[in-house]
Amino acid sequence: MTDQDVSSGIGQGSDPLAETLAGTLARAIAEAGFALMSLAEIEDLTRGWVPELLHVLEREGADLEPARRIGMALVDANMTNPGVLETALEVLLDHLPAGRWSSTVRAAVAAGYAAGLRRATLAEQEQIAGAIIIAYARVDRMARESEARFRALFDGSAVGIGISDRTGRVVQVNQALATLLGYTVDEMCGFWVPEMTHPSDPPEIWDQYRRMMLGEIDHVRMEKAYYRKDNAVVWVDLTVSLIRDDQGNPQFAVAIMDDMTDRHHLQATLSHQALHDPLTGLPNRSLFAERIAQVVATAGPQSRMGVCYLDLDGFKRINDTLGHDTGDQLLITIADRLGRCAEDRGHLVARMGGDEFVLLVERSAGMGQLAALAEAALAVVAVPISVGPHRLRVTASIGVVECPAMGADLGDILKAADVTLYRAKAAGRGRWLAYDPGTVAELVAGYELCAALPDALERGEFSLVYQPIVGLSDGRPWGLEALVRWHHPSLGLLTPDRFIGPAEETGFIVQLGQHVLREACREAAAWRERFAGGELFVSVNLAVAQAHEPSLVDEIKRTLVETGLDPSQLQLELTESALMSTAGAPLEALRALADLGVRVAIDDFGTGYSNLAYLRSLPVHALKLPQQLVGGLRGPADRSKIDERIVDALIRLAHAIELTVTAEGVETQAQAEQLSALGCDSVQGWHIAKPCSADQLDRVISRLGRAPHLPGPRAEPKSS
Amino acid sequence: MVSLGGRSSGPPPRPVWAPAGLDLDRPNAARVYDYYLGGAHNFAADRAMAREAIADWPDLPLIMQANRAFLRRAVRFVVRSGISQLLDLGSGIPTVGNVHEVAEAENQDARVVYVDRDPVAVTHGQALLSGNANATIIQSDLRDPGSTLALATATGLIDLSEPIAVLLVAVLHFVPDTDDPASIIDRYRQAMAPGSCLVICHASPDQQPRRAATHQELYSRTSTPMTMRSREAVAALLAGFGLVEPGLVLMAQWRPEDESGLPRNAQRFPGYAAVASRL
Repeated sequence: MTDQDVSSGIGQGSDPLAETLAGTLARAIAEAGFALMSLAEIEDLTRGWVPELLHVLEREGADLEPARRIGMALVDANMTNPGVLETALEVLLDHLPAGRWSSTVRAAVAAGYAAGLRRATLAEQEQIAGAIIIAYARVDRMARESEARFRALFDGSAVGIGISDRTGRVVQVNQALATLLGYTVDEMCGFWVPEMTHPSDPPEIWDQYRRMMLGEIDHVRMEKAYYRKDNAVVWVDLTVSLIRDDQGNPQFAVAIMDDMTDRHHLQATLSHQALHDPLTGLPNRSLFAERIAQVVATAGPQSRMGVCYLDLDGFKRINDTLGHDTGDQLLITIADRLGRCAEDRGHLVARMGGDEFVLLVERSAGMGQLAALAEAALAVVAVPISVGPHRLRVTASIGVVECPAMGADLGDILKAADVTLYRAKAAGRGRWLAYDPGTVAELVAGYELCAALPDALERGEFSLVYQPIVGLSDGRPWGLEALVRWHHPSLGLLTPDRFIGPAEETGFIVQLGQHVLREACREAAAWRERFAGGELFVSVNLAVAQAHEPSLVDEIKRTLVETGLDPSQLQLELTESALMSTAGAPLEALRALADLGVRVAIDDFGTGYSNLAYLRSLPVHALKLPQQLVGGLRGPADRSKIDERIVDALIRLAHAIELTVTAEGVETQAQAEQLSALGCDSVQGWHIAKPCSADQLDRVISRLGRAPHLPGPRAEPKSS
Repeated sequence: MVSLGGRSSGPPPRPVWAPAGLDLDRPNAARVYDYYLGGAHNFAADRAMAREAIADWPDLPLIMQANRAFLRRAVRFVVRSGISQLLDLGSGIPTVGNVHEVAEAENQDARVVYVDRDPVAVTHGQALLSGNANATIIQSDLRDPGSTLALATATGLIDLSEPIAVLLVAVLHFVPDTDDPASIIDRYRQAMAPGSCLVICHASPDQQPRRAATHQELYSRTSTPMTMRSREAVAALLAGFGLVEPGLVLMAQWRPEDESGLPRNAQRFPGYAAVASRL
């Protein structure tokens, strides 16, 4: 083998010693704790080293550099664990010939290893230190850039930024904040945050600030007012954030303030607008409701409150005749007067809408106080008002409610006040009335029904039932009284006594009456064919207001034509008070109708105060005796017979002026027999037949045809 | 993290930039790891901690070497199977058994992007890789897959439309459960083209619970506390991947190249390794 061959260290695999040594060395290294490479990879290395080493060993005194290079190669292969060197040297000791030169060579390997390790260590330390320095420089540049950015942000920000330390002392503010509060930056540094109060601060904001400085919370956001240096007030949208140190302790608080003074004023204006009436400037319904809610919320068991619900009388007429501008001026004046009247006494006045106002007594001393207030309000309203060329006198009606404040309900109070106001109007206007719980249930019901009537008609909630009127002379049905029923969606089936009163009060009775008349006529027109052997008339109630309608006659004529009903088959029932109190037009209308052939009956005869002398001049064909009278007939048991004598007298009277008599409310066979004996012409009532719907009429009429429960035809009817 | 410094009447408080890697008084995981591997890229605080750890667990340097050996085997495997781009997440100080050297030995055109959040590791890596056109290192936090993938792609060495090997070797145990490592891995998975694979090696307490507990305790002092995970927990991180033979095994058992003693003593090297392919 030449020097050249040996120094190259390649291609020596044929040398058995070298091959054995390389394998042994590789295994020893792996087992000494070198897991970075596979055994094959380690062997690749050792095979490169061993021939060189053997070459040096063979030539005592030769250059030791190859041996040192092997030591260095160990380091280069990352075999920096000193245990690896130790193992390698032991293997060499075991496998190489003993002797001084051999020791020298092994020492050279160790020296090379040490030198390599030192070189690598220095290089790596230099690398890592250099990396640290560069990283520092980079980080420092980032910090400076960040600081510059922060500076720009802080100085150039349009929002105010302030920083305070742990003690609450302001340490830094930007120009925007200084400008916002009217100070210089220098003036503001040194401010103490807890002193920057404003009376509008809710107590919890300072509690939150304290908790933040204790580190319990990290962010607070609120709207807050500050005094400027010139004592003006600015409102800001304030966000305060806590900055903690590395240990997590509170270190700084950063406040960011956005001026929202304009927005605040706008909100205040809007919220005033939301709670006040634009025309009069008075509080509106919402504010009134809010105030009531407050009163109720803070009420003790003894607290009382009261309201005067005021409505101008005849305001609509003023509006209609003098124009809305005049109406508005009037309302403004009234509002102003009521405002002063109430505020002098420390009460709230609100405009509830239209010409309705309410005065609220939050702590009522009793009805006396409310009465005095109502009187005062009526008095200020009554003072004549000049609007342009007009000098107006108006009156008002007031409903007064005084009640315990605890648990009071706004809706109930308003309803009670409204109902009471309604009563005051009905009682003649220009006055106040106190809420009377005794009458109210009835009133409230009627009041609510009133409001529901028009819709009910549109929705077809009214229907007609028919109650037979049976002739006592022949036991046959003569006619049927049409009665109206209301299928109320929540109250169920209502009889007229529940809603005719309210309908009359609102005037809705006219529409309802027309509806009933048309329906009844349409139905009755079919009866001629439907029920052979007798012409049944239909009897329809006519309200007073209907009788006053100028169009009544035309209306009925048209209805008769449209339905094809013969006028003789229609009977109109009017109460005697309606007939007696009316004169002029209604009477003429009745005459015109009578001339057409329509029958007119006086309903509930004997319950009013009839002018009997007048009675004979009226265009009337029949009287109807009410249930109150008929009910008094108790047959033979009635010893006094007073009721019998009254009924007897009325029947005689009627017959004297050639009127037929129908007794209503007949409930027993005895009554029917007694009426028959007294000469009464016809009867109706539950004993005869209950009211039934049109489609049930066939069955009822045919049953009545058999008439098993009537006294039977008399031989000589008195009326004939 | 930004904190405020500065005096009450001085200039406005400025943020102090103090990345963990620049705090030479505290041990740093990357530098401690370097020490275990016999390197000198470390400082007194790193060595003090490493020595304390080794005193309790003398096998640690060997375990780290075994981990590096797995890395080499795995890189060789993925490059031989045709993947030519590698993303080494949490590479640390890339010294011993470099991924790019192993990869380039198998395929001249293999490209490697190292990622670490430690500025020192990155700076060092940049020096090491200067002049190498096919490998680079970027500073990013692997827990932010969006930024990391964006930066990696921006190097021009990585093309996400092609299969890629994503390396998460000896780093996931520095990601606590509160950072939701499963969803982080899933984000990477979604970005990986079909045919891509994931190389994972993860410390586990399964084999040596007592030593593992002491070791974790030691690391809790550093800026990079450890969360060792059971085999089951590591397997759960690989949802959506299919395991390459031999599956998730002790690192020394993963495709050993010879019988030099390590596979037989696999229990000495706790920690699970796997190569997983994107399904």
